[in-house]
Amino acid sequence: MTILGFLIPLALLMGLAGLGAFFWAMKSGQFEDLDGAANRILIDEDDDLDGNSNS
Amino acid sequence: MNAPVSALTAQGAAAQACIDSRFTVPGMRCAGCIGKVERGLAAVPGVAAARVNFSARRVAVSHDPALTGDAIIEELRKLGFEAERAAENPLGRDDAETRRLLRALAVAGFGMMNIMLLSVSVWAGAGGETRELFHLLSALIAIPVIAYAGRPFFGSALMALRYRRTNMDVPISIGVLLATGMSLYETLTGGPHAYFDGAVMLLFFLLAGRVLDAMMRSRARSGIAALLGRMGRGAHVLEADGSTRYVEADRLAPGMIMLVAAGEALAADGEIVEGRTTVDSSMLTGESDPRPAGTGETIHAGMINLGNPVRVRVTAAAQDTALADIARLMDEAGQSRSRYVRIADKAARYYAPAVHSLAFLSFCGWMLAGAGLYKSLLIAVAVLIITCPCALGLAVPAAQVVAAGALMKRGLLIKDGSALERLAEVDEVLFDKTGTLTLGEPRPVDLTMLSPRQRSITLALAQASRHPLSRGLASALRGEGVEPATLDALSETAGHGMAGRWAGEEVALLRPEVEAGGLAVDLLVGGARTRIGFADLLRPDVRETLEQLRAQGIVSAIASGDRQAAVAQVARELGLFATAAMRPADKLALLERKAGQGRKVLMIGDGLNDGPALAGAHVSIAPGGASDVSQQAADAVFVGDRLMPVSMAIRVARATMRVVRQNFALAAIYNLFAVPLAIFGFVTPLLAAIAMSASSLIVVGNSLRVARAAGRQGA
Repeated sequence: MTILGFLIPLALLMGLAGLGAFFWAMKSGQFEDLDGAANRILIDEDDDLDGNSNS
Repeated sequence: MNAPVSALTAQGAAAQACIDSRFTVPGMRCAGCIGKVERGLAAVPGVAAARVNFSARRVAVSHDPALTGDAIIEELRKLGFEAERAAENPLGRDDAETRRLLRALAVAGFGMMNIMLLSVSVWAGAGGETRELFHLLSALIAIPVIAYAGRPFFGSALMALRYRRTNMDVPISIGVLLATGMSLYETLTGGPHAYFDGAVMLLFFLLAGRVLDAMMRSRARSGIAALLGRMGRGAHVLEADGSTRYVEADRLAPGMIMLVAAGEALAADGEIVEGRTTVDSSMLTGESDPRPAGTGETIHAGMINLGNPVRVRVTAAAQDTALADIARLMDEAGQSRSRYVRIADKAARYYAPAVHSLAFLSFCGWMLAGAGLYKSLLIAVAVLIITCPCALGLAVPAAQVVAAGALMKRGLLIKDGSALERLAEVDEVLFDKTGTLTLGEPRPVDLTMLSPRQRSITLALAQASRHPLSRGLASALRGEGVEPATLDALSETAGHGMAGRWAGEEVALLRPEVEAGGLAVDLLVGGARTRIGFADLLRPDVRETLEQLRAQGIVSAIASGDRQAAVAQVARELGLFATAAMRPADKLALLERKAGQGRKVLMIGDGLNDGPALAGAHVSIAPGGASDVSQQAADAVFVGDRLMPVSMAIRVARATMRVVRQNFALAAIYNLFAVPLAIFGFVTPLLAAIAMSASSLIVVGNSLRVARAAGRQGA
């Protein structure tokens, strides 16, 4: 029985951590452009895409 | 929101004075386009960063305030993309709604999983103190979760009750709240059953349906702001003392004299008082042919001056322009369509009262049978929960999201779930001509007589000009993989043509001196003239599409704003009934007349002049090349040169509605079995949970068949 007192809060905490991660991901805009993220993989790494090229 | 942009902006110290602008770029198709747009824009002086949002086909540009939006659009055009300024964040409100629902869904999912974990132990036979502890833990998780995840339903139910109406959310809210209350009582008194899992699972499944629905809806955007954005934002006005002053569009007043430079969009309607020019009125009339305009002629806001600078006396400004009229028409037409009652709402209208009466009757029945208040209430709650419109809530969105996804893969973007419902009812199609049946821009009919050298000179000349013929010529040549030649001394004479020098020779693209039948330009290389004829070509699969529509029992016709002669030729060629020279209000009136006769008309058009008709039709589709405004007014947008997605959309829509009806039938069958069990008091929490999940899963599984149907038909 005592193990439950340890495992149940642990399970809850892990669930809460997952929930927190989802909220954070949504807030930081990771679901803004799902198709774009899938396509960006195909763009070559050497290409300077981060907007520094006009410096 | 849009963290990537702000992160990029923060990179350079020089970026601190930058402003953000958003542009819609519907032409982006692949990773290559993302790279091209971002790299191309970043290389423009004054642009600090550009970030593409591919899902929304938008690009956010952080740039120097000195760089105007029009200049960026021009840069995008040079990169090969048509772009238009987007309103600040047209998706903002819908976005917030989807996020709220997603967050609620995540919380409900978290709660459901943990409570289920505890419930399973109880079902498996945990008794005594363990059961009570588990019930208590469930309550601790369930109450905050229900308070948070239930808000979308509680809010809506309260609103409905306040106006003495009822909707699907009322039985849901009552069921969830009663179940929670009863379970809490059970828990505190050490009773054997708690329904927390049922209540939270109900919320989870219903929220899943809501999220699917909201995702579809978030594609629909408001069109009016973008429409007014097309109008010139201001004009240089001539003062009495001869000086000029820049006046914002809404400050312009009749009687002012505007100086309109070449390439500028008009900010108000007016009459030309000095100068001759050509204007591009394609946005207003849909006619791709630029027309000449001289002293005394009236030109409208939104038209673009292609030729010489002219002086225009304002006759109507701000809210009185023809463009503002179209905006108003669109707004009004759109409202009439928003009265469309969605099939889920229709179902809810009958379902909600039925569920309430059933629960109430079982309560009364058990009271009369002498079961006591507590037992009767418990059974009434069980009835409310088990008849939960879980499967019903998923029936419509699940099928529609699957259909919309399948159609999107085949080049048709559905913006709203109700569009599929309306598409399924269509029995008549009205096509606009220019840009819909045809490609919408003049393309050279035949280029075979040009030598490779002539081709590359032509491309070099054509791509330097914004004239519609040059644009068509350049895109046709680029499509054939021609590389432009290097020219010196390029110059454009408005209303005359392009001239340049190639290896010492005079070369030019000129307007033919003798008016030939139809559109044409003369290519001049070393003294030799070559005539290039233009026509607005039909889309490649118009005939097959019309054939397929006929096979589906749908009547097709043309309603165009173009001249009689141009329309008659296409109508004869395709064997369609046609009406020509229609103004925006005429098209709308035609649609209203047809709606009055009980016809369900699908309108397909691209021009700004089609805007009101697109908004007013039973359902509407715009091609991807259409003006942003038309795309926003339409329910669906198809990309590419082919017209086939139109007939495919109708077929898939009909298949979707079949599946939706099956889903409703499945939900009804489920209730037929589940409700008697609940009424006679046999429902344990385990049984309720299994029945509810099973019915929802069956509905989702059935909905997945739509994708197969679309795939088979699309092949």
